[in-house]
Amino acid sequence: MTLQTNNKIIQWVEYRLPIFSLLHESLVVYPTPRNFNIWYQFGSIAGIVLMVQLVTGIVLAMHYTPHVDMAFSSVEHIMRDVNYGWLMRYMHANGGAMFFIAIYIHVFRGLYYGSYKAPRELLWIIGVVILLVMMATAFMGYVLPWGQMSFWAATVITNLFSAVPLVGESVVTWLWGGFSVDNATLNRFYSLHYLLPFVLVGLVIVHLWALHHHGSSNPLGIDAKAPGDKIPFHPYYTVKDCLGFAVFGIVFAIFLFYLPNAMGHPDNYIPADPLVTPPHIVPEWYFLPFYAILRAIPDKLGGVIAMFGSIGILFFVPWLDTSKVRSCRFRPIYKQFFWILFIDCLVLGYVGSQPPEGVLILIGRIATAYYFGHFLIVMPVVGWLERPKPLPKGITEAVLGDGDSATQAKETA
Amino acid sequence: MSSTVSESSHDDDGVPRRDFLYVSATAFGGVGVVAAAWPFVDQMNPSADVLALSSTEIDISAIEVGQSVTVVWRGKPVFVRHRTPEEIEVAEAVKLDDLPDPETDADRVQKPEWLIVVGVCTHLGCVPLGQQGEYDGWFCPCHGSHYDTSARIRKGPAPSNLVVPPYEFLTDTTVKIG
Amino acid sequence: MMRRTLFGSLWVAIGLVTAANAWAASGAKAPQSIDWSHSGIAGTYDRAAAQRGYQIYREVCASCHGLKYIAFRNLLDIGFSEDEAKAIAADVEVQGGPDRDGEMFDRPAALFDYHPSPFPNDNAAKASNNGALPPDLSLIEKARAGGANYLYSFLLGFEDAPADVTVGEGQYYNPYFPGGLLSMPPVLEDDLVEYADGTAATADQMARDVATFLSWAAEPKMEIRKRTGFKVIIFLLILTGLLYAAKRKVWANLH
Repeated sequence: MTLQTNNKIIQWVEYRLPIFSLLHESLVVYPTPRNFNIWYQFGSIAGIVLMVQLVTGIVLAMHYTPHVDMAFSSVEHIMRDVNYGWLMRYMHANGGAMFFIAIYIHVFRGLYYGSYKAPRELLWIIGVVILLVMMATAFMGYVLPWGQMSFWAATVITNLFSAVPLVGESVVTWLWGGFSVDNATLNRFYSLHYLLPFVLVGLVIVHLWALHHHGSSNPLGIDAKAPGDKIPFHPYYTVKDCLGFAVFGIVFAIFLFYLPNAMGHPDNYIPADPLVTPPHIVPEWYFLPFYAILRAIPDKLGGVIAMFGSIGILFFVPWLDTSKVRSCRFRPIYKQFFWILFIDCLVLGYVGSQPPEGVLILIGRIATAYYFGHFLIVMPVVGWLERPKPLPKGITEAVLGDGDSATQAKETA
Repeated sequence: MSSTVSESSHDDDGVPRRDFLYVSATAFGGVGVVAAAWPFVDQMNPSADVLALSSTEIDISAIEVGQSVTVVWRGKPVFVRHRTPEEIEVAEAVKLDDLPDPETDADRVQKPEWLIVVGVCTHLGCVPLGQQGEYDGWFCPCHGSHYDTSARIRKGPAPSNLVVPPYEFLTDTTVKIG
Repeated sequence: MMRRTLFGSLWVAIGLVTAANAWAASGAKAPQSIDWSHSGIAGTYDRAAAQRGYQIYREVCASCHGLKYIAFRNLLDIGFSEDEAKAIAADVEVQGGPDRDGEMFDRPAALFDYHPSPFPNDNAAKASNNGALPPDLSLIEKARAGGANYLYSFLLGFEDAPADVTVGEGQYYNPYFPGGLLSMPPVLEDDLVEYADGTAATADQMARDVATFLSWAAEPKMEIRKRTGFKVIIFLLILTGLLYAAKRKVWANLH
């Protein structure tokens, strides 16, 4: 459906490359369920944060030096001498954390509302790929300031690959470009850290393409069939998303301007020293649950498999969940397990932040067991055995219609 | 049942009419975007450490008559020449009509015995060689520009005289350039 | 119900993780909490305290600790005039050159110079300090859990080791230092320096002043950061209000 316009310039471009009608269809007329709640805003919020990271990252790259002798100093140069350098650096560092906050909420939204179910399995899978690329990008980015945590996190995580049978040691040497994390490693991490965000942009475009093909799901998890079930993206969701960006922006601003180092680690203000290991090596908070899973398995290779497996398992979620019902609003039993998974992830995060001692070892193992159990056992079994609540007939009825079911469906989760 | 659109605030398409609230929200947001853009532009301006090196102080007491010293200022060579009386006389005697870029010697120096110019040829940026060329000043080997004892262009492709940087005599023996 | 549980859990999570990050089982004594003028939403560095702290750095700490990220021109930030800063710099020797013969030489520092390290390299520093490397102080306030509170408590915290702790040759005991044993001796004692502004130089005063100075040294942009933050957040709050009203208006016509 082509865009109707009298503008000659737009018509000229449209005839050769229908970019305007693409934008019009995707962002203006795109039929969107009318009952989106706040949890549906974090995808677009994540998209904005990606743009912020790209721009601040490119700016930082104008002043950063990727050499072991100068990296740390160049970051201090940015903080102290470059005009607004402190703002760019803190925006980028805290932006990375905000990116993970948005994405984790976005993922949990998907888990709660069954957004991954047919026909959106591929949408979900592309999302998991995005998560993996984000994690690689963030990991390499954290190495660049070349502080103590940068260096030792790089050493610990790259060393994990030595657990691979037969080729492990060669793989690690290949990753390092030498016999330890050193200048060769820093330079290649810089190159890849600059590259991957553009790969992310491509993945996000494919992610949106998959989404728009069947359209968005919604909190009720039922298909939008009636004409009133969906509303045009503009102006309803453009204005609502702008509001969401502003509120998210306030949270971002509080961290950026008043608590800029709260999510970081003091040890990263110590220049990297290959001869001195910090007493407690911890990754950034968004990696803590995976760190806990890694350490929960006493065997080195087992730990590595479990850690990567904890993300790998996400690829199979559309098939692990056997329920015919999408949204947890109508799944009273599974809903409880969803919250247990959420708490479990928080517990894993806490365990990951502490040295693996005492009762925390047991707690970490139980939490890891539950994590995998949730996906491998709870999802298929509860989906199969559970008797869901009756689904509403339609979105508009549920949102507008008669008294009880309207208020129920709209307000409660 | 399709959604109903109340009629008063909408035109025929069902799209809300532009009104003060939408305009002000958009304008306010737009102001924010513009204000937020400035740091991204300004970060490319010289940083504080570069600005700190934007001036150089040099001790000229060791430069004898007839000697030149080349110092670095803002990454470029600057010729500091202690001119001989002959060079000064020749420079002052030149008629303005003979100059492709007319400028009196008096306009180019603060004290006649000290000539301070940026040693970058105004043609395409090479560093001219001192005490060479047909005018006893500088000669640029890249394309054959000749400068005189006041570092003015006399012959060759260069369009203008060697640039005189801002400088001041802090004392008789110290000059601050920039 | 979902909203409340979720928000509640999120705050618990943020609290846990922030606390966990800062105090990951260091085992050291928790620092005393001081009401610094520079903490809080509108905090500013006490300029007089920072200048006094700098004096202590120059007269006491600089014999072992570098301050490599602070240039003499930065001292204008804590209230020294350009002439005062030039005079301070001129008293410090830095390496210049090479000269025409290829020789390096010493020259007085200028405003654009950074503070020189007391040692030519790390090995020399370790050799002079019982094998321990006195850390550069430019970032020390951000590089230690507890920040200024830690620095203050640490400087005043040296004491005799408890009976079950063996203090080695050239070592000292400080309960605030993770591990307790370190090679730095206690340095602050009453009237160690004579303050240029006449303030009584008690150990407590000196510790506060040094902690204030080092806070500035680690984060000179703190004041502009908080000022900008205030404007940005006010702007965003107003924008949120406008957008909320706009959103309500746009959505009102749906029913």
